[in-house]
Amino acid sequence: MATVALKDVTKVFPDGTIAVDNVNLDVGDGEFMVLLGPSGCGKSTVLRMVAGLEDPTSGAIVLDGELANDLAPRDRKIAMVFQDFALYPHMTVGDNIGFPLRLSGVDAEPRSERVADVASALGIGDVLGRRPSQLSGGQRQRVAMGRAIVRRPGLFLMDEPLSNLDSGLRAELRAEISGLTRELGVTTLYVTHDQAEALTMADRVAIMRRGVLQDVGTPTQVYGRPATLYVAAFLGAPRMNLLEAQVYVHLDRHIALHMGEQTLYLPWNDIRARAVAHYHGERIVVGMRAEALVPVPVDTEGDVLRGRIRYLEHHGHESLAFLDIGAYAVIVDDIGGTPPEVAGPRGLRRFGNLVKRVAGRGGEQELVGASVAGHNGRGGNGKPGPGGRNSEGVFSDPGRHHRRPAELAVRLAPYPAVGSGHPLAVSVRMEALHFFDDRGQRIDVGWR
Amino acid sequence: MDARLVAAMEVVIGVPVVLVGYIWGSEWLVAVLSARWRRVVRPWLWLAPALGFLGFFLIYPTVLTVIRSLQGKDSLHPKFVGLTNYRWFFTNSDALGALLNNVLWLVFFTGFTVGMGLLVAVLVDRVRFESLAKSIIFLPLAISMVAASVIWKFMYDYKPAGTAQTGTLNALIGSVGLGPVGWLQSPGFRLSTFALIAVMVWMWTGFAMVIISAALKGIDPGLLEAARMDGANEWEVFRKITLPLLGPTLTVVSTTMVITSLKTFDIVYTLTNGNYSTDVVANLMVKEMFTFGDFGRASAVAVILLLAILPIMGFNIRKFRSQESMS
Repeated sequence: MATVALKDVTKVFPDGTIAVDNVNLDVGDGEFMVLLGPSGCGKSTVLRMVAGLEDPTSGAIVLDGELANDLAPRDRKIAMVFQDFALYPHMTVGDNIGFPLRLSGVDAEPRSERVADVASALGIGDVLGRRPSQLSGGQRQRVAMGRAIVRRPGLFLMDEPLSNLDSGLRAELRAEISGLTRELGVTTLYVTHDQAEALTMADRVAIMRRGVLQDVGTPTQVYGRPATLYVAAFLGAPRMNLLEAQVYVHLDRHIALHMGEQTLYLPWNDIRARAVAHYHGERIVVGMRAEALVPVPVDTEGDVLRGRIRYLEHHGHESLAFLDIGAYAVIVDDIGGTPPEVAGPRGLRRFGNLVKRVAGRGGEQELVGASVAGHNGRGGNGKPGPGGRNSEGVFSDPGRHHRRPAELAVRLAPYPAVGSGHPLAVSVRMEALHFFDDRGQRIDVGWR
Repeated sequence: MDARLVAAMEVVIGVPVVLVGYIWGSEWLVAVLSARWRRVVRPWLWLAPALGFLGFFLIYPTVLTVIRSLQGKDSLHPKFVGLTNYRWFFTNSDALGALLNNVLWLVFFTGFTVGMGLLVAVLVDRVRFESLAKSIIFLPLAISMVAASVIWKFMYDYKPAGTAQTGTLNALIGSVGLGPVGWLQSPGFRLSTFALIAVMVWMWTGFAMVIISAALKGIDPGLLEAARMDGANEWEVFRKITLPLLGPTLTVVSTTMVITSLKTFDIVYTLTNGNYSTDVVANLMVKEMFTFGDFGRASAVAVILLLAILPIMGFNIRKFRSQESMS
């Protein structure tokens, strides 16, 4: 019904804030695309530019193959659901839903028929005579949906439509919305900061951070092979374990990844070995999700990391053990909820994506976030962000006191018979490891 | 010591002493009473001073005015004359003319003030120099009525045709070969009344604008955006979203303006003193009282004015209450 394409879209606000930085994005016909990112990452601005409520500073917004930059919102055949629902308080529910039809000149009779159809489909047929102020949160949300679908638009824009609801209702409406849009076959652009919403509802997810598109792909792709360190850290609960590792290549045998006192060996016949081998003698980031770690008896040989439990978290259906293995963590800030860890004793500037920086590596470094979700070793086509001249990398300087020991999150059976200080060994599924270079780009073979 | 100084000291010391004394005394009284009586008596004790002032300065004179309106002209030995004074008001052509003028004031002053205020508030909302523009438009309200009258006396000044026109308006239309017009000396079509209304509109538009502008800022911009997404053009957004949401505010401003228009006096008194068919009820009252010394008729006019304002006041208060209960 409709396609959306953003071409090199940048939005700079009058106060100089770069809200959206050179974003390219294609949304196919009938696709459910989720824009995901922490608050303030520019995802809503992207949505508002597609809606026509904001003008891009540069770049093109293309709707259905035609340049739409100068089209007024009402000429774009778009319906939008707002975060606070934006229901007209002086109209009844029926009038709210029928408002788009009234504007397009539909007569009263067919109008009320269509309103009644939509309302009963959404389960709000019995409240048509009420005012929005008399409705519950879930009902308001449904009215907003009804107002959006009543005139059968080609494109839905949804700006965090569930974030004002309580969590039970949210899960229920999540299924309802994705079912509804698929049934209608309408292209949908959905903005959220909730990764659960993104991963469950989306055909494809676009992850943004500080105005820069980090990664685009199906939920499986962005979760399974995150393009940047940031995406890796942002997606998943518990968060992916990110460890500093020193690379040492033993030609034709294996690649040793030294993490503190312990070492993992990437076999030479692993297809990623060649890519990782380029970093011989350097440090990279090794990422491992909790599901890549399996507790094993302490004396097990092979790809095993050993450590002591620092603390446990009990979640009912499972317990998480946080293991001190004597390695160093790589901290990614800006991943929603977690405040930036340290601004650094020398006043490291916050707007660098990653708080830690590389020792002795000079000005050729670029911000991770300032490079467009890129291909290996390149990513240089992004403009440097506001902190671009501050050559910040992923790693901490050795010896800096804010270098933080890693706490490896490991899933255990609920309420295990172990406690803090207990030794634990985990076997590592080597094929499930993720590698990132010092700028946060994924080290991998080819592109998915 | 200077007597005025003594009086000032008395006020400075006496008022707090009386106040504290009253509070202390009433609390003492409450403490003496039983618990059941305490609940009943305390609110009345606290209300009593306000009720006292209100009764003495508002209710009492109102009642006296009503009584006086039923009495004759003679102020030393007033005689009861029934409704004669009211009969005079509703049969005298001058009085009815004043009443008609008040109706013109009510309709046109209120309409233009609220309309222009709304227009300016909406337009100014979209420009960068908003606060400057608003200040300029609000400024006339800060001028005293008499000063405004003097300003407009110059604006409306009229000299016989053929002589130099010192009035701004006549000079203006004279420069394109028209006029001169006796703005304040034209009873025909009550042109002079409209000239007076224009002065008040000039003064009060700023007031309406400020109130409406504040209400305009209170409208969630998301609603306007939602309307635009729903397919409304700017006029439809204004007509179907902004205006209905401004409704309660417009009502309050309108009723305030209606009351102002009914009380119109200063502008008329200073610019024309009711000549050339510009008289209004309030000015008529002052004339009857101080020029003709007829306290009976003046009181009757005052009562009529009060009765005209009462329903509007009531409406305003009801509206205000329902608005409060809504939020």
